[in-house]
Amino acid sequence: MNIRRLLAMAFKETLQVWRDPRSLAVALLMPVMQMAILGYGVSLDIRHVPLCVYDQENSQASRAVAERFVSSGWFSVSHVISRYSGIARAMDRSECIAAIVIPANFSRTLASTGSAPVQAIFDATDVNTTNIALGYAQGVVAQANAQISAQWDAAHGVHPSQVGTVELDPSVWFNETLDSRYFIIPGVVAVILALVGAQLTSLTISREWERGTMEQLISTPVSALEVMLGKLIPYFVIGLLDAAFCLAAAIFWFKVPFRGNVAALFLTTALFNLVVLGIGYLISVRIRSQLGASQIALMVTMLPTTLLSGYTFPIDQMPAAIRALTYVVYPRYYVTILRGIFLKGSGLADLWAPMLGLSVYAVVIIWLASRAFEKRL
Amino acid sequence: MNAGEDMPAVLAEGLTKRFGDFVAVDHLDLRIGKGQVVGFIGPNGAGKSTTIRMLCGLLVPSAGRASVSGFDVGREPEAVRAHIGYMSQKFSLYGDMTVRENLRFFGGIYRVPKAQSAERMRFAISMAGLEGREDALVRTLAGGWKQRLALGCAILHRPPVLFLDEPTSGVEPQARRQFWDLIHELAAEHVTILVSTHYMDEAEYCNQVALIDRGKLVAIGTPGELRGHHLRGKLYEVRCMPLGGALKALAGMAGVAEAAIFGDRLHVVMTENGPDATQLSRLLADHGVQADSVREILPSLEDVFVQLVARGAERRVTS
Ligand SMILES: Nc1ncnc2c1ncn2[C@@H]1O[C@H](COP(=O)(O)OP(=O)(O)OP(=O)(O)O)[C@@H](O)[C@H]1O
Ligand SMILES: [Mg+2]
Repeated sequence: MNIRRLLAMAFKETLQVWRDPRSLAVALLMPVMQMAILGYGVSLDIRHVPLCVYDQENSQASRAVAERFVSSGWFSVSHVISRYSGIARAMDRSECIAAIVIPANFSRTLASTGSAPVQAIFDATDVNTTNIALGYAQGVVAQANAQISAQWDAAHGVHPSQVGTVELDPSVWFNETLDSRYFIIPGVVAVILALVGAQLTSLTISREWERGTMEQLISTPVSALEVMLGKLIPYFVIGLLDAAFCLAAAIFWFKVPFRGNVAALFLTTALFNLVVLGIGYLISVRIRSQLGASQIALMVTMLPTTLLSGYTFPIDQMPAAIRALTYVVYPRYYVTILRGIFLKGSGLADLWAPMLGLSVYAVVIIWLASRAFEKRL
Repeated sequence: MNAGEDMPAVLAEGLTKRFGDFVAVDHLDLRIGKGQVVGFIGPNGAGKSTTIRMLCGLLVPSAGRASVSGFDVGREPEAVRAHIGYMSQKFSLYGDMTVRENLRFFGGIYRVPKAQSAERMRFAISMAGLEGREDALVRTLAGGWKQRLALGCAILHRPPVLFLDEPTSGVEPQARRQFWDLIHELAAEHVTILVSTHYMDEAEYCNQVALIDRGKLVAIGTPGELRGHHLRGKLYEVRCMPLGGALKALAGMAGVAEAAIFGDRLHVVMTENGPDATQLSRLLADHGVQADSVREILPSLEDVFVQLVARGAERRVTS
């Protein structure tokens, strides 16, 4: 290890990032865009979900159901149709996200049994929106049910106060999405850091192969370790700056309460950064094309961070096998740590378990990375 | 390191490289003394780059051994790298960095002593003829300047041995000439230089020429030696039209050892007791080819090379 070579390497890499529009965009624009897209995507309530109505009965009672959806403010009717196939067509064209089908015997069933099924169909292409819309629909229906059953019970001689407990406030659903913002934004930060860090480093070795500069580089006495560290230093700094931006946005823009301390945040973020950069670098060493490397890096970071980190899909609701898998997935630890620091004000002592997980990960990855690069063609 | 004065700068013994079943370099023996300029000549795919890469420690030999400046290429690749300068066949400086930034980078990587750093950078810049263009991005430079800058970067640390892989390919003739002047200036300072090239005329600038074909060293010697020893028979230059018809006529003719197209004329090698110029021109006329001129000429390296390669091919067919 020679400091002069290390610095020469780091300086060169910094220059190249600075002059590569693609890297620069990933380093500077991606965090801002992702923070806006993911941050707002998960935290803003959705209004006026386009709704397709297929009313087979067209009675006063059935129209009242459809009306409830509209008056809730969460839905607006985009299509009124008279054939099933109309739903598929509207959804294929993304003209509606939800559809309700009110059966022809709706008011008769309702009058005789006190309950009647209404079919609801959702376009699940965008799981997030669908989940929220589904919540709204359940809210609307629950509220309608409560009223209807109260009326029905009253008509059949049961006092309304006895069924008052059935009343479901749809705002519960609404509130839940609001609460989950606090829960989800720290996860968004982890996603962005993983994405940006791995993307940038995935290009660093493959770029030299692709441009043919590697052959010259490995003909010099520079060591594999100097190459790795020299290349990672600039990205580590970029990663920390991006982290500072994302975390500041979480706190000051999205108003996620911050109850922990900054030192713990810095330390754990640096650790996470190491893991992410190490993974990107490993990919870069293995894949000699920039495109290939960046795609693999996208897969390796996007999939586990969005699916298995507990960022949107709560870990304790996963099947046991998949839950076990989350322990292998590095973002899980960082997401847990971030939530702890943000929401519970956890200090390093409270976070020893996920910190240990992350540290083991960092050591293994960096160890692998330091051995991966060979100065051979 | 056995630092005897007569220790060769580059030594290869049975150096071999296989890629799967394919033998790219086949038991190559090479011994290059200090301060020599050795030209590595051979057609596409002959194994020039592969040999040079093994000598630089970039490829691991499949068999045999090699040493550079006394360091074993397989066992001490880092020591080898510290003592060589290398220009790869593909231009490989950083195009998105300026002239100065590239020099500074390689100066740092080679740990050029701080005290000499500025002076050597200045030297490299003036050698490349890039004064005043220090802050130009390297990718904006024309071929000749790029190549001279690459050479400048490769010698920043004053290596005793230089490997240049087709440094002049795709460079205009005048720039090629300038490049060879630089090579000779370096050789005058006792730098050992191995240069590969496609251009036969460049072989004439070398102290030694190594002809390599299909992974094998076909011949090695000074240009004069190669011309004198390896061409069997006498060489005639034939100007005639059409070349193809003449070539066909010559193919079966008694006393003709070799015939090949050289630009707009033919070079014909006759066996020692074969026909002379007038006889040849008559023989051609018998075959309906009217020769404008037939004259005996001194063989160029290219003639030698064509014959050696053809002889190699014959051997391969008969064996
Ligand atoms: N990594 C490799 N894998 C497989 N075959 C290879 C590899 N590198 C080179 N070769 C083959 O080895 C042979 C020698 O290649 P080499 O590059 O050494 O030739 P060369 O003499 O430098 O040719 P050129 O004048 O075209 O540069 C070629 O047939 C080439 O296709
Ligand atoms: Mg070559």
